[in-house]
Amino acid sequence: MASTELMLTMYRKMLLSRRFEEKAGQAYGLKKIQGFCHLYIGQEAVVVGVNEALRPTDWVMTGYRDHVHPLVRGADAGMLMAELYGRDSGYSKGKGGSMHFFDIEHGFYGGYGIVGGQIPLAAGLGFASKYRGEDRVTVCSFGDAASNQGAMHETFNMAAKWKLPVLYIVENNRYGMGTDIARVSAVPQISKRAGAWDMRGEAIDGMDALTVYEKAKELVDWIRAGNGPVLLEANTYRFRGHSMSDAATYRTKDEVELEKQKDPILKLRKVLLDKRAATEAQLDAIDDEEKAHVEKAVAFADAAPLPPDEDVWTHTTVEEGEPDVHPRERVLGATDVKWPSFPSDFKVAWDLEPRTPQTPAAKTERGQGGATNKKGAA
Amino acid sequence: MAEIAYREALNQALFEEMSRDPRVFLMGEEVARYDGAYKVSKGLLDKFGSARVVDAPISELGFGGLGVGAAMVGLRPVIEMMTWNFAILAMDQIVNSAAKLRHMSGGQLRCPIVFRGPNGAGGRLSSQHSQALEANYAHFPGLKVIAPGTPADAKGLLKSAIRDDNPVIFMEGELLYGVKGEVPDGEHVVPIGKADIKREGSDVTIVTWSRMLTAVVLPAAELLAQEGINVEVLDLRTIKPMDEEAIAASVKKTNRAVIVEEGWGYAGFGAHVADFISRQCFDDLDAPVGRVTGLDVNMAYAENLERLILPSAARVVEAVHQVLYR
Repeated sequence: MASTELMLTMYRKMLLSRRFEEKAGQAYGLKKIQGFCHLYIGQEAVVVGVNEALRPTDWVMTGYRDHVHPLVRGADAGMLMAELYGRDSGYSKGKGGSMHFFDIEHGFYGGYGIVGGQIPLAAGLGFASKYRGEDRVTVCSFGDAASNQGAMHETFNMAAKWKLPVLYIVENNRYGMGTDIARVSAVPQISKRAGAWDMRGEAIDGMDALTVYEKAKELVDWIRAGNGPVLLEANTYRFRGHSMSDAATYRTKDEVELEKQKDPILKLRKVLLDKRAATEAQLDAIDDEEKAHVEKAVAFADAAPLPPDEDVWTHTTVEEGEPDVHPRERVLGATDVKWPSFPSDFKVAWDLEPRTPQTPAAKTERGQGGATNKKGAA
Repeated sequence: MAEIAYREALNQALFEEMSRDPRVFLMGEEVARYDGAYKVSKGLLDKFGSARVVDAPISELGFGGLGVGAAMVGLRPVIEMMTWNFAILAMDQIVNSAAKLRHMSGGQLRCPIVFRGPNGAGGRLSSQHSQALEANYAHFPGLKVIAPGTPADAKGLLKSAIRDDNPVIFMEGELLYGVKGEVPDGEHVVPIGKADIKREGSDVTIVTWSRMLTAVVLPAAELLAQEGINVEVLDLRTIKPMDEEAIAASVKKTNRAVIVEEGWGYAGFGAHVADFISRQCFDDLDAPVGRVTGLDVNMAYAENLERLILPSAARVVEAVHQVLYR
């Protein structure tokens, strides 16, 4: 069971996510943010519940609805907002924007704009962990519609066969852009498909942060123990359109209103109040703090400079001897950045496909079995 | 200096790089127990084990992307594509992930990965198995593209590709694997982005790469020499980044250029070379740049049609005559 402290952390992080996305939506309306912009509002229980089940050294990646995945892992909100603004102080110096957040310091390996593109990449992260003998888990989120990409089938086959340490989370918000997943899927309950790869698959209520946390914890432990990948389907709902340009007319008002009553933030708030773990005033204060946190982030982005013109030539290729960019150090002068480093000298102990030689004993056994059966039949 | 086949030269490069760096692993279809569809990976499984020489399922997009992911976190994968025709299935991961990771992450990530396999015609394989696709990859910023034509260059450039911190497209010649050539003993590394003069001459520069070098251009040069025409053969070896300096220096000397490539002419890589020469060497040119390319049609199975479609020494001779106004 989640402790009171942990529940309060989750409550705070869900509010941070919500307020951040609300501000992003407002800034979009003011044309401070442009291009595609996909908000996470409504789905916060998934990202927060899973994140609290992870170690700081675990890795996370997702699709293009990626603002809050790094945020809840500890990324700087101002630098994330600056990236949305296309400013030099952003995590990717304004080169990635909304769909391509990266914060390697906090183990966030990216937002990807091609539906399902992150699914094979996550298997590669898991492969590397196993190759070096690390006990790290990679979490890869994708939307319901990505489950119909061939990349998922190809990857799950390999991940299951090679027992790669990856938790695949399908954040099923029921619509791939404007198309109800059930309209285009022979098996709309995506977790059921895990059976095709003899892979563990489960479905949970993704609107309940505590449910997500408990299940994620169980699965992450199971994966870390070497049991292979899992497909976890978190059933959730986005309260806004697919992106900022989507009025979401393909859903009825009634449907949206009904789902809004399952708001994951209100749900956890009720649990905290019912358990007398916090007072209304305390919870309101957390909201005020996170609102202020996001206000500060917006102010930071507003004041951030545009990338210099000459930066157009950087980071397309790596030049010899060129170091990697550590964003918080570069932008904020942070001195506490712990950048992941990987060994260049080690022994690969993993035997991915152990040879099972046909021992003479095994052959004999089968031979005898056949003979016995014949005898039995006679 | 030993004379070895192109496939052995590649095998040596893999063996040496995997021996010196545990981060390097080879993954692809049939690379392990089968020793590679073209026997390039012969013996590597026994030496390095099943986590470093991995037989992948027939899932180019899947294992291509898996390799990219592994490269993002400190490994140096070599992903073998059974042919570049099949790699079209993996193009999303090569183009949308590998080529853009450094950029999208604002310099936080690097992606040191090699995608390698045979490119171009294999002989009587019809249209799906005979494509020369280097122009496609040369088009994308963020990728390096290599197409060696000799065993020595194959070995030296594969070693450089594996050590490079960028995604590298390494295109071998399907009909080159058995071709023998001298390869220097010991450590032999060829830098990426450097062209090589394979035959010195003064009358016409022929720019080429990969199989066209030995199959078409050098035989044509012999024929032309009999007429008293001395062509200079410049083997690009690396398609991207292109060695502009070497091209300009040679054209400055000969004042005439012909580009020979196996792939289609329409938007082929030779068009880029011709564009460079026409604009950067305009004052040096005594004739418009000539081109010899595969015909802009799908490859036929029939022997006579296939021969018509692919560039030949005769067509190179004709093109050289043309730029000499003969």
